[in-house]
Amino acid sequence: MLKEGRYNTREFLAFTGASLLEDKKTVFVGTGFPIIAAMLAQKTHAPKLVVVFEAGGLGPLLPELPVSVGESRTFYRAVSASSMHDTMSLSQAGYIDFGFLGAAQMDIYGNINTTVIGDHDLPQSRLPGSGGANDVASFSRRLIIIIAKQSKRTFVNKLDFLTTPGFLDGPNAREKAGLPEGTGPYRVITQLGLYGFDGKTKRLKLISLHPGVSVNEVKENSRFEIMLPAKIENSPEPTDKDLRILRQEIDPAGIVLGK
Amino acid sequence: MELLKEGIGELLGWHDPDEARNWVLNNKSRELKDKRMSVKEAVSKFVHDGDFIASGGFGHVRVSMAIVYEIIRQKKRNLAIAGKTAVHDFDILVGSGCVNRAEVAYCFGHELRGLSPASRRMVESGQCKVVAETSNAGYQWRFLAGMMGIPFIPSRNLLGTDTGNYSSCKVVKDSFSGKPINLIPAAYPDVAFIHVHRCDIYGNAQIDAILVEDFELSRCARRLIITTEEIIDNETIRKEPWKTVIPFLVVDAVVEVPYGSHPCEMPGRYYYDEQHIAEWLNLSKTQEGVDKYFNKYVFAVDSFDEYLKLCGGTKKLNYLKRREFLKEPMVAPWRK
Repeated sequence: MLKEGRYNTREFLAFTGASLLEDKKTVFVGTGFPIIAAMLAQKTHAPKLVVVFEAGGLGPLLPELPVSVGESRTFYRAVSASSMHDTMSLSQAGYIDFGFLGAAQMDIYGNINTTVIGDHDLPQSRLPGSGGANDVASFSRRLIIIIAKQSKRTFVNKLDFLTTPGFLDGPNAREKAGLPEGTGPYRVITQLGLYGFDGKTKRLKLISLHPGVSVNEVKENSRFEIMLPAKIENSPEPTDKDLRILRQEIDPAGIVLGK
Repeated sequence: MELLKEGIGELLGWHDPDEARNWVLNNKSRELKDKRMSVKEAVSKFVHDGDFIASGGFGHVRVSMAIVYEIIRQKKRNLAIAGKTAVHDFDILVGSGCVNRAEVAYCFGHELRGLSPASRRMVESGQCKVVAETSNAGYQWRFLAGMMGIPFIPSRNLLGTDTGNYSSCKVVKDSFSGKPINLIPAAYPDVAFIHVHRCDIYGNAQIDAILVEDFELSRCARRLIITTEEIIDNETIRKEPWKTVIPFLVVDAVVEVPYGSHPCEMPGRYYYDEQHIAEWLNLSKTQEGVDKYFNKYVFAVDSFDEYLKLCGGTKKLNYLKRREFLKEPMVAPWRK
C-alpha cells in the first residue's frame, strides 16, 4: 500500500503523471487525472507544455479544472479554438508527443478496455466506450495510461473488449495492423508503481515502486506476470509546493483529488 | 483495393453518394427564406419515429436542450442516435425511451461526474441496443465523408481493436502506401439539432467557441434544426461573413431559445447548472425517479421559459453567467 501521510494516493498519481510530461511538447489529454497532471506540469517544470483537447481547445492557460474536455475552460486563453476534425487531424499527422488516458482494464501489452464488462450486446456493465481514446492511442507518439486501482480485476490476461490499442498482441503488431510507426504505450501509472514496456517483448515492466509498496504487492495485484528490472527504483515524491498547487490552484473542491 | 477486414457494426445512415445528391436536389431549398418556427413545430415537422438523429455540441456543452426536451414531450419512438460524445442529451433521450439504438463513440458517462444510471440501465436490460462502436475521430470523419459527398474517408485509427471490429468500417490495403488503412463510411443523419450563439432568420449561424463536430454535422445531416440564443439581422451577418460557420443552405428550421442549452454550458454565456444535473443523476438511479424528472421538467411545462423558471429563474441564470466568467467557485453537488 502506498504510504499516505503528507499526500493521499490520488495526489501522488497526479504528481507522477505530471513528472512524465516534458516542456515544449504537446500532450493530448482525457478527462480527470490527465488534465490535472498536465496543469501541474505547466505550473512547475513544463510551463511551455501545449495541452490539446479533442473537442478543439489547443494550448489553453487552464484557469480551473474543466469538468468536460469540451467546455469553455479547455480553450480559455488558448492559442486556437477549432474542432474535433482539426485536433484529430493534427494528431494523425504526427503533432502529438504525449497521449494521456485513464482506463478501466488493461492487459500485459497495454491494450485497454473502457467499453464493456461482460458480453458486448448484453453487458454486465456498460462503460462509456472509446471516446477519443482509440484515436489518441493510435496517433500519439508516447501514450501514458493511468489506472487508479491496480488489482486482479483491472490488470487482466484477457480484456472483455479491446477498446484502445496498446501493443496489441506483441512486437510489430501495431505496424502490421496499419497503425502509425513510432507510436504506442510508454508509461503506466497505478497506485502501486510506475511501469514501462520491455523493448523486445513489448510486455509491461516495472520501473519504480511508490513509497511503502513492495514487489509482492505489485505481483499480487495482477493476473499477468509483470517483468521486473535488474534494479527497481523508488518513485519520486511530490514536494510541498507541488501539493499546494494541486490543492489550492488546481482542484480546491477536491473533485478528483479529494477522498 | 484488397479488403482485409470488415466490422460487424450496423451501418447507420449511409447512402449512395448519388442518392445523397439527389436528396439534396429535391429537398434542400436554395432560397433565402424566413425559417423561424417554434420548438414544437420544428420537432413535429422534422423529427420522425425511427429517424437516425444527431445532437450538436459536446456532451454537456452547447447542446440544443430545448429540442431534446421537445422530442421527449412529443414521445418520439424508435430513434437511433449518433453517440458522438453524447452525454446529457443521450442519457435523457435513452432514459426517456425515445431512443432504442445507438452507435457509440462516447456515451453512458457524464465525464468527471461519473457514469449515467439511466442509459446504462436501458442498455444492460436490453431496452436500448448498441448497434455499432466507433471512436470520436471515427464519428467526426463519418460526418466529414458525408459532408464531402463521398462514400468513405480513409483513416489510421480503429485498426487492430475490438472498437474497429464492432464498427461499420472496413480495412483495406491502401494502393498508395501498401499499408492497411481503415475506411470510415459516410453518415447522413436524418435530422440534427445544433445550438448556436446567434443566427439570422434564414439560418446563417455564428458560434463563438470550438465547433466540435458541428461544421461537418451541419452539412451532412439531411435536416438541420438550429436553435439560437438570439436572432440577428442579415446585415450583421453580411458585415463579417467569415464568422458564419453554418450557411443557410443547409438549415431547415431556426428557433430562438435563449438559454436553450440549459442545464448544459453555453461557452461565453452561462455555465453548467450542476445542481440540476445532480438532481437528474440522483433521480435517474431508479425508473420511478426518471419518470418523476420528466413529469416535473418536461410534461408539466409548456415552454422553455416555464422550464427555466422551474429551474430557478433569473436568479439562477445570473449565477450561471457569473460562474461562466469564473466569478463564482466551482461546485460539485453530484460528488459522492
